[in-house]
Amino acid sequence: MAAGSGAPAESCVGQVVLPGDVLLLPAHPEDDGERLRLGAGAAPRGRLLCGPGLRRCPTGLLVTKCGLLRHRPAGGGAAGAAGGAYWVDSQQKRYVPVKGDHVIGIVTAKAGDVFKLDVGGSEQASLSYLAFEGATKRNRPNVQVGDLIYGQFLVANKDMEPEMVCIDSSGRSSGMGLIGQDGFLFKVSLGLIRKLLAPKCEIIQELSQLYPFELVLGMNGRIWVKAKTVQQTLIIVNILEACEYMTAEQRKQALAKLSGN
Amino acid sequence: MAGEVKTKLSKNLLRMKQAGRVAPKGDMISGSIVKTICTKPWTMCAHLWMSKDGSCFEILHHLIQFMQRGLDSQTKKLLEEEEKKIISEEHWYLDLPDLKEKESFIIEERSFMPCEDLLYGRMSFKGFNPEVEKLMIQMNSKCKEEEIEVDDKMEADVSDEEMARRYETLVGTIGKKFLRKRDQRVLQDEDEDGDSNARPSKKAKKKFLKPQD
Repeated sequence: MAAGSGAPAESCVGQVVLPGDVLLLPAHPEDDGERLRLGAGAAPRGRLLCGPGLRRCPTGLLVTKCGLLRHRPAGGGAAGAAGGAYWVDSQQKRYVPVKGDHVIGIVTAKAGDVFKLDVGGSEQASLSYLAFEGATKRNRPNVQVGDLIYGQFLVANKDMEPEMVCIDSSGRSSGMGLIGQDGFLFKVSLGLIRKLLAPKCEIIQELSQLYPFELVLGMNGRIWVKAKTVQQTLIIVNILEACEYMTAEQRKQALAKLSGN
Repeated sequence: MAGEVKTKLSKNLLRMKQAGRVAPKGDMISGSIVKTICTKPWTMCAHLWMSKDGSCFEILHHLIQFMQRGLDSQTKKLLEEEEKKIISEEHWYLDLPDLKEKESFIIEERSFMPCEDLLYGRMSFKGFNPEVEKLMIQMNSKCKEEEIEVDDKMEADVSDEEMARRYETLVGTIGKKFLRKRDQRVLQDEDEDGDSNARPSKKAKKKFLKPQD
């Protein structure tokens, strides 16, 4: 319970942090609030993003998950937080629904106007039939039990049943909705998904050189692959499952063998 | 106060006045509801209203005022302010000091998307699904586009000064089209005179000229 004094956040970046660690943030200008700091000196801090695995506490940030502390410096772009971001890169297989995440769900039941989807969380998510692009009361989407759906969470907190939609805020589907026929669905750990979705992922780039295929990655650890033949599909599946524990050389060797064949 | 309300006094009323009775809130008296409990001593009240059985209650006078039509907006405002003052005395409030809101510059976020700038989840390679490939370009460039848009400025075909000049003349000509007849005449006179001093005399209505015998 001895919280003691925490370590400054910058020094722990890239190191393992454990739940209960307190990270001190650099001292910021006086919390006057009214006084505007004009001129150079400390540029307006902007908002610091406290990502997954971290919580706000009176003295700074409190770690709630074990893993590596990551930091993205400020000025990352209009899309990112203006003041930089800290988060804990942890590994887990179990998915917890988070608002805004795009996931692959399996339809388990049709109850009147609502579909029940299994997303790998503690509860099944609900999806209204009107939450598809171009759906009206008369024009219902053709969704059966057992179908795969790519959607995003509208509501996802620990107090309520998660709710999904297949349209974005402007009413367009932007790729969400029913995932087509055939293909192969399998599950990987959440860390691998994030690795694959990173802006410049070597695995994906190398795989794309092999042969044409289609890929859907859900943040809940589910991947759906479809290629021209069953054999090609299975090859891609095996590579994706194994690449989590392969080094870069091993992976290149494996791919070289395949492309040789 | 503008607008008088009929008041009826009677022996009962005087008696109640002396007794310092209160009008309970919510009571219905001949169609009007007592809005708040009147705890002011009767002698201070401006209005009294007598019910059929002779007992008197006070109603906030502006209830009756509002019922009257044709009141100015000004008087209504005054009455509203009064009502607020009266109500604020009777409403309860917490006697705590104002808590200073801490300036929070930390946002808590449970999703990985904004932290790591992840790409869009649907991908297609080597033309397997052309629609998805189009989507990939669209969605992944959206994040970067946001940055670029802020800096770039669309090249204008027409320069700003020319635009301003055009507007000056354009607004006037089209605006004239939609003026009413009277205003048109004024405009015409303005154009003719070109002198602001001469305007008031022309604006004056033409009086009837008696024909001279």
